[in-house]
Amino acid sequence: MANRTVAFEIKRQANPDAPSFWENFELEWRPGMNVVSAMMEIAANPVTADGRATTPITYDSNCLEEICGSCAMRINGKARMACSALVDNLEQPIRVEPLSKFPLVRDLQVDRSVLFENLMAVKAWVPVDGTYDLGSGPRVYPQEQEANYPLSNCISCCCCMEVCPQFNDVTGFVGAATIAQVKLFNNHPTGKVFKEDRLRALAGDGGIQECGFAQNCVEACPKGIPLTDAISDVSRDVLVQKAKDFLRG
Amino acid sequence: MAAPRIIVVGGGLAGLAAVIKIAEAGGTVDLFSIVPVKRSHSVCAQGGINAAKNLKGEGDTTDKHFDDTIYGGDFLANQTPVKAMCEAAPAIIDLLDRMGVPFNRTPEGLLDFRRFGGTLYNRTAFAGATTGQQLLYALDEQVRRYESDGKVKKYEGWEFLSAVLDSKGVARGITALNLRTMELRLFPADAIILATGGIGAIFGKSTNSVVCTGSAQSAIFQQGAFYANGEFVQVHPTAIPGEDKLRLMSESARGEGGRVWVPRIAGDKRSFKQIPEPERFYFLEEWFPKYGNLVPRDVATRAIHKVVYEDGLGIDGQPMVYLDLTHIDRETLNRKLEGILEIYEKFVGDDPREVPMKIFPGMHYTMGGLWVDFDQMTNIPGIFAAGECEYQYHGANRLGANSLVSCIFGGFRSGPNALAYAKSLPAAEGDGGASAELARQSEINKKLLKNEGTENPFKLWRELGDSMTKHATVIRYNKGLKQADEKIVELLDRYKKVNLADRSQWANTSFAFARQLYNMLELSRTVVQGALLRDESRGAHYKPDFPDRNDEKFLKTTKASFTGAPDGPRFEYEEVDTQFIKPRPRSYAATK
Repeated sequence: MANRTVAFEIKRQANPDAPSFWENFELEWRPGMNVVSAMMEIAANPVTADGRATTPITYDSNCLEEICGSCAMRINGKARMACSALVDNLEQPIRVEPLSKFPLVRDLQVDRSVLFENLMAVKAWVPVDGTYDLGSGPRVYPQEQEANYPLSNCISCCCCMEVCPQFNDVTGFVGAATIAQVKLFNNHPTGKVFKEDRLRALAGDGGIQECGFAQNCVEACPKGIPLTDAISDVSRDVLVQKAKDFLRG
Repeated sequence: MAAPRIIVVGGGLAGLAAVIKIAEAGGTVDLFSIVPVKRSHSVCAQGGINAAKNLKGEGDTTDKHFDDTIYGGDFLANQTPVKAMCEAAPAIIDLLDRMGVPFNRTPEGLLDFRRFGGTLYNRTAFAGATTGQQLLYALDEQVRRYESDGKVKKYEGWEFLSAVLDSKGVARGITALNLRTMELRLFPADAIILATGGIGAIFGKSTNSVVCTGSAQSAIFQQGAFYANGEFVQVHPTAIPGEDKLRLMSESARGEGGRVWVPRIAGDKRSFKQIPEPERFYFLEEWFPKYGNLVPRDVATRAIHKVVYEDGLGIDGQPMVYLDLTHIDRETLNRKLEGILEIYEKFVGDDPREVPMKIFPGMHYTMGGLWVDFDQMTNIPGIFAAGECEYQYHGANRLGANSLVSCIFGGFRSGPNALAYAKSLPAAEGDGGASAELARQSEINKKLLKNEGTENPFKLWRELGDSMTKHATVIRYNKGLKQADEKIVELLDRYKKVNLADRSQWANTSFAFARQLYNMLELSRTVVQGALLRDESRGAHYKPDFPDRNDEKFLKTTKASFTGAPDGPRFEYEEVDTQFIKPRPRSYAATK
């Protein structure tokens, strides 16, 4: 039996100003193969399907078990993590391209620092007094923990932003991931001290009202985070906050 | 005097813990990380974090945690720092709780604890099965808070290349490479903390993340730092073999009642459901009735090896055994283990709630590391180390759920110590060695980019990994270790002919990798030669030709130093601090 092969079409771009083009690769199939292991194979043998020498592909990756959030890209048109994209479950040729809504660095690597900037803008942290021993934390019942834990599983991959029609230069929308973190920290017994600041940060241009309820985010989230629930809860809180601020003058 | 400049390299738990302590004390920090710090390898820790809080009415104490840790590490760890860590652990859990880590709770709203390997107590606090991720996020959030106050400046996407040392050998800064622009730059500092994690990549495939190459440790080892106990490498008993990596299947699966077994009949073709209880060999439970499935990792790993390779009982004749959770109800599994069950489901395709997982041991943790004193400083003045990249908390074998506490504790210690050191540091003479170091690095980079040859760095790396895994993991023979060292020497020679398929000066990952690879090769020799010299068996280091622990000769810390000579590193040995617990034989077969 001839060795099975897997066909890839990978979008290349040497730098942000260079033209993009597609390169085809034909790799030996291996059991359990994922898109990242294909990239590794190309690095060890950088030759295209038509036998031309090329360069290894630049891409972000780290944990390879869908918990670090690094390797988000578009695979067969879908924003997802390359590590958990098993070749056997994908139609061939497998088309791999970078996320389209973030500044391109090279090949499949993009700059997603906007999410970390957004998290800073909404004060996504619990303001503890200090790291010295101040005794145990606030009591949290299992029901509350079970509601918050899923929100805390966000891996900052930015898939939810990539697929959101409203996430673009025109609206400046912060995107679902940041909104879910606002819900998480506003739920925390100590974190909620900044609740009003967070809601106000989401009240202006690019804030939560930019959401068009396309619900693509919740579909794309690799961690199954209840993003649309978070958006509707935080939307309501933002409206209440706006009303309060209006009445207070 | 100007405010001291501190550099922290590495943004995992240890690095971030150090940053927080320095910022809290009023200092400012430059934080370097290859990846955005929120994507550091600490996110991969799954099962939990140990602290003897005794919330289960079992009479657990920090002394018992201390004893379990020392005994689990086969008495190789210096006892003073381990004791301090175990005593600090309960307050660390409280702090993480206050920072908002969503730990699992009891019905009363208190922290829940589960049991882990190498102990008889429920001592492990956990956030589902993604505890490392949750802890890292909590510290990442606190660091972001300090970043917004201007106390922390992040250099994400920069890779540490070397330390800058002055004429007296004192650290005065670092050189680093911008992984996007490929710019080589000098960063002055009065103190440096390395928190750069484990060295899984030298074994090719491991449970570690891509960035865990040990490159930074190796760089300062080559600049004169001692590397201690390099031969002690933990192979985790339960990992999922994969094409690109070995994915960890947390010890918490067994902590929650998971059972390891194989069919009693070799090559049994029946599906697991058709194999009745009496025909299942729960070998850990039979061989270790007291600890059962929760024997320490080195013990469980060797048992699996024996069952597969000596007894020929691997599933379908393959190197695999069952890790079975199917007897536990779905609701409990989802509440306590969902994160790891999803990993198995996504990467293997079977639902572990319905079908026993098929697992095999995989390289997991680096007990050895940069030698540090009890203040976390290496022998290079001004360079501190914390977390997995240093050696001091786990001896010859790390207990599950002790790594997260050692990372945070080590980070918390190193931060204030580095700050105090930096405050009393006299000014450097001249440029403190800066221009010389910059020139040296620039030369290495130029040479590598221009190098003509036929060797692909990624292929060389695969050969290194295959050899290291074969000869320097679970079972070690001196003959094999010698072969592994010869292989490294061969690869170092072939490295001279390394040819980068990519010579561009923008986001060139081959270039960055080739630099890491050289450092991996040099560091690998401390592992294999350290193992070769240690003719005994202790913790994770096991030689069938020397099956017993030999305290008289080897109750000692191995210290390797770089020579640059063809023979490899020079080795010396240091007494272990055993002032609190007298070494006793280690056996989990009966009561300890």
